[in-house]
Amino acid sequence: MKAAAHPTPRPRDAKLLVVDARGAVRHAAREQLVDFLVPGDLIVANDAATLPASLTGVHLRTGLPIEARLAGRRSLAVDDVHEFSAVVFGAGDHRTRTEDRTAPPALQPGDRLALGPLHAVVEKTLGHARLIALRFDGTPDAIWAGIAHHGKPVQYAHIHEPLAMWDVWTRVAALPVAFEPPSAGFVIDWKLLHTLRERGIGFATLTHAAGLSSTGDAALDARLPFDEPYHLPLQTVQAIVHARSAGHRVIALGTTVTRALEHAATLHLPLRAGFGVANQRLGAHSRPRVVDAIVSGTHEPGSSHHELLRAFTSEAVLAQADAALLAGGYKTHEFGDSVLIERDREPAASGRNEVPTKLHRAGLSMSRLRCATA
Amino acid sequence: MLHPTSSNPLQGLRVAVTGGTSGLGLALLGALHERGAAVAFVARDAARVNAVAQRHPGSHGIVGDVSRKEQAHPLALQISAALGGLDVLIHNASSLGPVPLALLADTECEDFEAALAANLLGPFRLTKALLGALGAAAREGRPARVVHITSDAAVNAYAGWGAYGASKAALRHLGRIWDEELREHGVRVLDIDPGDMDTPLHALAVPDADPATLKRPAQAAAEVIALIEQSIAAQEASA
Repeated sequence: MKAAAHPTPRPRDAKLLVVDARGAVRHAAREQLVDFLVPGDLIVANDAATLPASLTGVHLRTGLPIEARLAGRRSLAVDDVHEFSAVVFGAGDHRTRTEDRTAPPALQPGDRLALGPLHAVVEKTLGHARLIALRFDGTPDAIWAGIAHHGKPVQYAHIHEPLAMWDVWTRVAALPVAFEPPSAGFVIDWKLLHTLRERGIGFATLTHAAGLSSTGDAALDARLPFDEPYHLPLQTVQAIVHARSAGHRVIALGTTVTRALEHAATLHLPLRAGFGVANQRLGAHSRPRVVDAIVSGTHEPGSSHHELLRAFTSEAVLAQADAALLAGGYKTHEFGDSVLIERDREPAASGRNEVPTKLHRAGLSMSRLRCATA
Repeated sequence: MLHPTSSNPLQGLRVAVTGGTSGLGLALLGALHERGAAVAFVARDAARVNAVAQRHPGSHGIVGDVSRKEQAHPLALQISAALGGLDVLIHNASSLGPVPLALLADTECEDFEAALAANLLGPFRLTKALLGALGAAAREGRPARVVHITSDAAVNAYAGWGAYGASKAALRHLGRIWDEELREHGVRVLDIDPGDMDTPLHALAVPDADPATLKRPAQAAAEVIALIEQSIAAQEASA
């Protein structure tokens, strides 16, 4: 697949590959997404706004340039903003692929970093020379101001133009806690929210601190996704319970929503509202317990995003979908096209007590879904 | 997290005020802070922001200029980060345009553009950047409000008030359209004319006005807050 080279979160010609519960694959325009939903279905989106998480500056002990990409935080609490984990790079910028970036200076606990108006101390390395725990000086308000004004959105080498904050915020971006955009949410605009209301399709949100999608280091990438704190509001839990009890589907907009909901499901079923830290990996070994379908960007096989899709459908169907993406000229990465994948019907694989949805019970195929909404 | 209570709907309400270091904005900050709201305020002058924040412990002073496009998202980020979300956004910061006031035929285009940037485009951009936070508040059953501070110059044609009056008229209409579009999502937009006040902005516009004939900013702030409370009460009554 070809990487989307322009930061257009909502291109008019965006495509949607739809994979239904039977593994049937078809092509659609992304603006047709709503036509694959039926009244009573519930879309859940991640309303995290994206931090300008790339902070450039100087490693004071050596005087060498450094880039710290904020990568994690232990909670979403507004005043818990002193300590972050960060992936560090040496000289260079986003025009160089992360894989080819200069190594940062060797960091030791106690080293100080001057990152524009922000000052931070390296507390320790986190099992890898380029992954550190850092602590900012100053009040929470001063730290937020420093990040807001000095930080830049994490850039991608395949995007030619510098990203601005408005490029990486979805239309429902609220609390600034994501490190990279929850990009499946780019499908949302307020016109879609209006249409969902008109058609009786639910919309709810959670807040999940979406982490870095790639670090350019194989050893670090193997540890992705990092732990991600999230908040699941009471109203969202109620909407999910309502949808599922009526036999309707819960459609997660993105891997982060799926990760949060499925993590919450490991703690309590029925779900409970509250804060959590998603630390699990979803893949072929797991079976979604809350999410019936996922809308995701298109990602290459081997990436953690792609791996998560294996929780929804078989390897054979995914391979078929990947071939269709390639043949259809879909664009990949954060500003690319989308897929809608309905969870396949293999309840025996999970061994869990699944609540079949009305659509599953009815055995509706995608073509009938289309007819139902036409 | 605090939640507004019916006995004091301002308790725990998360409010942002632009132009918060003087005039009506400062009075709004003081009254909201005193009534238990969590308040973030925006103004251009860092020294004044710090001084006002120190006088209102627990408030969040944010340095920025709403008229500048590139500052909308950094401001939105700081507001929602400081307050953990947002319930009420009060667009109070204003520019007169030309000072001293000028007839339209004598108004430089740049001064007109400055009035539009501060009084119309700035509020549009900041509302847009914070709409996700406001929508999230509404989905959680909280009162979500955007308040445009307008003026009778938005309705009446006063000679010499062209840039200001035209920009405030547009702001007022912007508010009506926002409200039409957002009410189904639980976000309401209010246009409020606070009347002629004894403020630095008014002194710039009418240097020889007798302050005794003008409304005190604290009184105007109390009236603005009462209208917000009424709007919240009406929503609760209809729920």
